[in-house]
Order: sequence, then C-alpha cells, then structure tokens
Amino acid sequence: MATQASQTASRLMLSPAVLLLFLWMIVPLGMTIYFSFLRFNLLMPGTEAFTGFENYVYFFTDPAFWPALANTLTLVLGVLFITVIGGVALAVLLDQPMWGQGIVRVLVIAPFFVMPSVSALVWKNMLMNPVNGLFAAFARGLGLEPFDFFADAPLASIIVIVAWQWLPFATLILLTAMQSLDREQMEAAEMDGAGPFWRFLHLTVPHLTRATTVVVLIQTIFLLSVFAEILVTTNGGPGTASTTLTFLVYMQSMLQFDVGLGSAGGIVAVILANIVAIFLMRMIGKNLEA
Amino acid sequence: MARNVSTGRKAAVTALAWGVGLVIFFPILWTVLTSFKTEGEAINAHPSFLFFDWTLENYHTVNERSDYLAHFWNSVVIALGSTLIGLLIAIPAAWSMAFVPGKRTKDLLMWMLSTKMMPAVGVLVPIYLLARDTGLLDSKTGLVIVLTLVNLPIIVWMLYTYFKEIPGEILEAARMDGASLGSEILYVLTPMAVPGIASTLLLNVILAWNESFWTLNLTAANSAPLTAFIASYSSPEGLFYAKLSAASTMAIAPILILGWFSQKQLVRGLTFGAVK
Repeated sequence: MATQASQTASRLMLSPAVLLLFLWMIVPLGMTIYFSFLRFNLLMPGTEAFTGFENYVYFFTDPAFWPALANTLTLVLGVLFITVIGGVALAVLLDQPMWGQGIVRVLVIAPFFVMPSVSALVWKNMLMNPVNGLFAAFARGLGLEPFDFFADAPLASIIVIVAWQWLPFATLILLTAMQSLDREQMEAAEMDGAGPFWRFLHLTVPHLTRATTVVVLIQTIFLLSVFAEILVTTNGGPGTASTTLTFLVYMQSMLQFDVGLGSAGGIVAVILANIVAIFLMRMIGKNLEA
Repeated sequence: MARNVSTGRKAAVTALAWGVGLVIFFPILWTVLTSFKTEGEAINAHPSFLFFDWTLENYHTVNERSDYLAHFWNSVVIALGSTLIGLLIAIPAAWSMAFVPGKRTKDLLMWMLSTKMMPAVGVLVPIYLLARDTGLLDSKTGLVIVLTLVNLPIIVWMLYTYFKEIPGEILEAARMDGASLGSEILYVLTPMAVPGIASTLLLNVILAWNESFWTLNLTAANSAPLTAFIASYSSPEGLFYAKLSAASTMAIAPILILGWFSQKQLVRGLTFGAVK
C-alpha cells in the first residue's frame, strides 16, 4: 500500500537513527577489537605493536580474572535470586485488596529511582558503617558486636545494595503481569475448592513464567555492568574480593592505562553479555510477531 | 474487583504490605530525615527517628558550596539534552517503522535493540580515547552525545510501541477527506502521539539522570553531573552524614517525583514491550 514516495520518505526518516547507531556500535567495537591485539599502554606511548592473542592470554591468566569471573556470577545470580523471589512475593502481596495500595506501591518502587552513587553511599555510610551506621547502633542496642559489612562480607554487602535497587523493577513487572491474570479462572478454581497454595502453584506461577524470564534476562544485562556501586563502596577490594569483570576492565584500562589488556577484557565482557542477549532477543522477537 | 474480601483479611494484608513497603523505603526515608539533623545528631550512637532538633543548615551549607548547583545544572543539561536530541532522531525513525513498515522493519528493530545489549565496558577504552582526542572529555557536550546514543534504542523502541497503537485507519480517513501529508501529521497524528512521546521523554530523563557508568568515567571536575559529584563524597567528606544526606536528597527528589508518575511507562520502556 505504501507508495514509492512514502517509502523514500520513510527511508529518509529512518536513516539518521540507523546511521548513528551503526557508527556507535561498529566504530568503538572495531577499535576495541583492534586494540585488544596490540601492545598499547598510555603510559608508554610509541611502543605500540601487534602482539596477536597475548593480551587475551594475559587477561585469562591474570590472578584477578577467575575471582572476577566468580564474583560477577555470584553478583548476578545473587541479585537475581533475591529480586525474583522477593518480586514474586511482593507482586502477590500488592495484588491483594488493601487500603492505600497506591501509596505502598510508590514506597516499594522508590529505590529504583535513586541514583547508584547515592544508594551506595547511603548504605555504606549511614546503614552499614561499623561505627556510625544505623545497623551498628541496632547491634549495640541488642548487645551484639557491630558487623563490619564491607571488610568481612564485601560482595554480599554489594549484592544487598544492588538487590535493593532492582527489587522494585522485578516487582513492578511481575505485578503488571499479575494484573493480566484471568480473574474468572481464579474464581472458578476457588469455587472448585482449590486452596490458595494450589492456585498459586498451578495458575499464578505458570502465568508469571514469561514475565519472570524477561526480568531475569533484562536484569542480567544491567547487572553485568554494575559499576558505580563497587567504585563507591569497596573499590573492588579488599584484594579482589569484590572485583567484577566490569570493574577489572575499568582498573586495567583507566587506572593502569593498559589499553590492550583492558580491550581484551572488554571483548570478553561483550561475548559474555551476548550469550545472554541472544536469549533475550529471541523472546522479544517472538513477542513482536504476536 | 468483584471479589468479596473479609475486612479482617484486608486489614491483615494492609498491615503486612505497609510494613514491607516501609522497610524497603526506609533507606530513603532515613536519608531525608538525616538531612535535617545536625552533624553531631547524625552520628549519634543512639539515633533518634523524629525527635531531634530539625535544621535546614545542611541545605544551606550544601547550596553555598558554589559547585553543588553547577553539578545539579550539569545533570539537568545532560539528562534533558540527551533525551531531547534522542527524541528528535528517534521520532521520525519510529514513525516510519510504525506507519510504513517494510520487510526489514522487524530485523531493524531487533538490531537496534542489540546495540543496547553491548556492555559499556566493552567500548570504554575507545570512547575514552575518542573523547580525549576530540577535546570532549569532561565536557557536557561529550556526555550528551554518548548518553543520546546509549539511550537511543530504548527511545526508538518505546516510541515504536506507542505509535503502533495509533490506528492506521484514521490516517486513511483523513486522506479521504483530502488532508495533505503535512496537515495529516499536524492535526491527526500529533495529538495522538503526544502522550507516548511524553512518556518516553519522562522515562529517558530518569535513565539519563541516573546513568552512572559513562558519567563517572568521562567527567572530572567541570562537567560532572550529580552521579559523579556525589560519588566523590565517598571519602572523606562522606563522613559528614548530614551534608551527604542533604546533597543526596536534593539529587534524588526530582527523579523520585518524576518516577512516581512514570510507573507504567517504566515497565513498557525497560522490557521493550515484552511485558505490558
């Protein structure tokens, strides 16, 4: 139905966005790939040389690499575990009739809008600080020894902060999905004598599967890039206890100025993220046809 | 809501939900309360919840430090600038994909989305070097460009899902009535598209305001928005809890308010239409 003229017009309307995104994706990524095969350190200009896969070998044999990979997986899986379980529980709770539902929802969603550096600092200083923090005051009130969160459990503490930021996202999406649940089916099951647990397991859970998958995939993409929370709280330490892949690449390229090594790490991160992205893209693509 | 629920059950659910909601909200509430305390009161070993001497002193102090307002202004410029430019580029693109879909429209949309899947750290080095060599390091212009590109796929997608819902028949009817393409767009489509554009604007201002990878890596003293400025409180100024709280409260308040208006759009924008 589209005429020749309107097709030309539509191409013109599309091209700026396509061109810009193409450049944005191809140029820097191409440069990263190129750098990853070079010996290239900003502190030693003029020594650039092609080194093949040397940077990759260095990256994989860096003593920080395996801890960083393990920390990345722990962070992502830990946050996913808390937010999905908590999100389903909260979605079920918020879907019940109650007074002041709108206000409760606002309270629950709020952490998502707090910028990462603020939430990290508030948790680090005002809540988790072993001397002046509120948790320490509680512990002393109960006659306990205050816990030094970032010294004794750095990664777990970061997981708590990040989970607090992402719980609202999971809740909001699962709640949206809950609200499209067929009420009549629920009532029919109730009439037939199905208990609340049976209804949850056989009606609610299957209905939420799709939304949960979306939550898991999208959060994974964002969680692989968690940065500010680590920078502000532990700076990756103590040692490598809270260094993730993203943070490792940041340290190598921005603090040690080793562009080649950082680029090799960047490419590893891209490959890791793409594995997740493929699954997410399939799901969204299916939805597009529907 | 046809279900009849006993008042007792409703009261129990209400109590539980409010309890959980307040626990989740507590860190924010605590920050706001602390911002009204004196520094001494803020680190009191026996913290007081409401019964302390309320003071606005921290807000005065933070605002008097001339740089706070400058960083706040940087955030405004970067968030609004990148969103508006993004809209300018995305509106025609989303428009044409929604109303003149071709064979490759779906592939194109998926490809745009895939650019968003690229982890920022994968292009950190080249972007940093490009910014350095073009003099855009620590400049608002540089950040506006980067954030525009980072959020462009989300903007296109959100607009696309909104435009898709505008019935095409309306266009045909207008055309039958002899409307020109210009007046068709101006009088028929624009009024129907404005809510979707407004929602997209809102969500992207929020995302850009809070963006914390590029803002931290590409700025220093001059163009740092609040994300980077507040991160610099991590030591040793972070020990001034009351001032940190006042600065934080001012940094998050505008976005909290915008965010509460944009709950629905959030779901739509961040799931790329996969959950509605």
